[in-house]
Amino acid sequence: MSESKRQVTTVDARQASRRKFLKGLAAGAVAASVPAPALAQGGRGFLGYSSWAEYFQKNYLLMSPEEKAAALRRLEEKYSAKYGRKVTVKDTGPREDVLFAYALDLNKCVGCRRCVYGCVRENNLPREGEQIHYIKVLRFEDGVMDFERSDRYYDPKEVPEDGYYYMPVQCLHCRNAPCVKACPVKATWTEPDGLVVVDYNWCIGCRYCMAACPYEGRNFNWQDPVIPSSELNPETHYLGNRPRMRGTVEKCTFCIQRSREGRYPACVEACPVGARKFGNLLDPKSEIRYILENKRVFRIKEELLTEPKFFYFFG
Amino acid sequence: MRRVWVLAAVCACVVAWEPETDAAQEFAVPPPPLSEDYYPCSQCHADLSTDPTPRQLTDEHTDIVFDHAEQFRWCLDCHDARDRDKLHLQSGERLDFGESYRLCGQCHGDKYRDWRAGIHGKRTGRWDGEKQYLLCAHCHDPHSPRYVLRADPAWTGTSDRQPEPPPQVPGSQTLPARREGQGAGGH
Ligand code: SF4
Ligand code: SF4
Repeated sequence: MSESKRQVTTVDARQASRRKFLKGLAAGAVAASVPAPALAQGGRGFLGYSSWAEYFQKNYLLMSPEEKAAALRRLEEKYSAKYGRKVTVKDTGPREDVLFAYALDLNKCVGCRRCVYGCVRENNLPREGEQIHYIKVLRFEDGVMDFERSDRYYDPKEVPEDGYYYMPVQCLHCRNAPCVKACPVKATWTEPDGLVVVDYNWCIGCRYCMAACPYEGRNFNWQDPVIPSSELNPETHYLGNRPRMRGTVEKCTFCIQRSREGRYPACVEACPVGARKFGNLLDPKSEIRYILENKRVFRIKEELLTEPKFFYFFG
Repeated sequence: MRRVWVLAAVCACVVAWEPETDAAQEFAVPPPPLSEDYYPCSQCHADLSTDPTPRQLTDEHTDIVFDHAEQFRWCLDCHDARDRDKLHLQSGERLDFGESYRLCGQCHGDKYRDWRAGIHGKRTGRWDGEKQYLLCAHCHDPHSPRYVLRADPAWTGTSDRQPEPPPQVPGSQTLPARREGQGAGGH
């Protein structure tokens, strides 16, 4: 009983999510409780959506170019108002003949976690409350690669530590991605350049994809993410680092907002030892191809046939 | 007629002329990490006679830890005796410090090959174009090259050898708050 009361009051409090709205509809409660002016104006404040346009926004894959442009403009306005500074939302598309892949040199990684926080800053991850890190750096004892025995909370005075090695893990952008198959509403898919992306506006927050991912690559916004305006990265991409909301799933996109512009992902630039390599799998002269041709590489849990485009190697 | 020939010759010269430095410097790198206390070496060495006998230095440069197969080599194997502000290859070819990767590559051929391909060492720039390289000496001290996460260099973005903070334990922020909230609500 108290649960349904809470739902009714949150209608005005701009707190409710699409999920709650759907639940409410089922209970027949919301339709009766939406204030008539809000409906008539299609105005701000309705169920936490800034406009009817946002509420009725289609799946990104189904939007026409005009609808996309309108959605991007609307989001730019919304974010700029919220953070009090100019925020751009692009949707730079994939290039032909590009398939992104990543490689990480386990001989070099020293476990310093510079990549983790480089990613946090670049991708507008929450700074307060419930934390989201796209990259988890796992520490293993030498000679062991048992994920159950890995430690991600290590905190020594200095790294690297004797007797251990480090293995950062993030979304591997599988070619045969189980998360994409699990999503009941097609809110996540693989782009032609190999990036597995999420339409945050379309995600219903069911977290099926998280259960399907064997690599803990996906993260859920349990809370409204808090990013101080001064720390916001205002250069964003619709399928990438634009500010997210409570109730959506998100993950590493290989910094789609950077990589589609020809730049390296933020973690590549943050890594002081150069353990992280990134490039185009279809370009025979790329760093990635050199690694595949000259180094011993492996992929995690290869036996699952997920075909990750994230390779580990010993340089 | 003669005037035409002169003109043609001048044109040919202009076309054939290439700035020497560009041709020699294959990789654009940030300035080599040279110590201001010592470089340019010729400041002092111009007035000193050269003793080519390999030996342990006892008066100067005693702060240099030499831990790089030191039983087989000494200063003048890499530093040039005639032009003190340069290095030299085994062939005798003189090099600027900015090209020292060729010197390192004489012995560390496999690493040199990987470095040229952008695999060994940190690479920034664009995956589809211009890349910025670092010299071997930006990360490895040539006199004592074993890798340590160095506490100084601006180019690698490290401030010290301490790792960044570990992640939160999932739920550690929200769950206690929720529990407290429930307590207050009298459940
Ligand atoms: S949580 Fe979102 S992206 Fe994941 S399966 Fe559910 S709707 Fe799809
Ligand atoms: S920044 Fe580089 S060395 Fe540090 S943990 Fe990440 S991958 Fe490893």
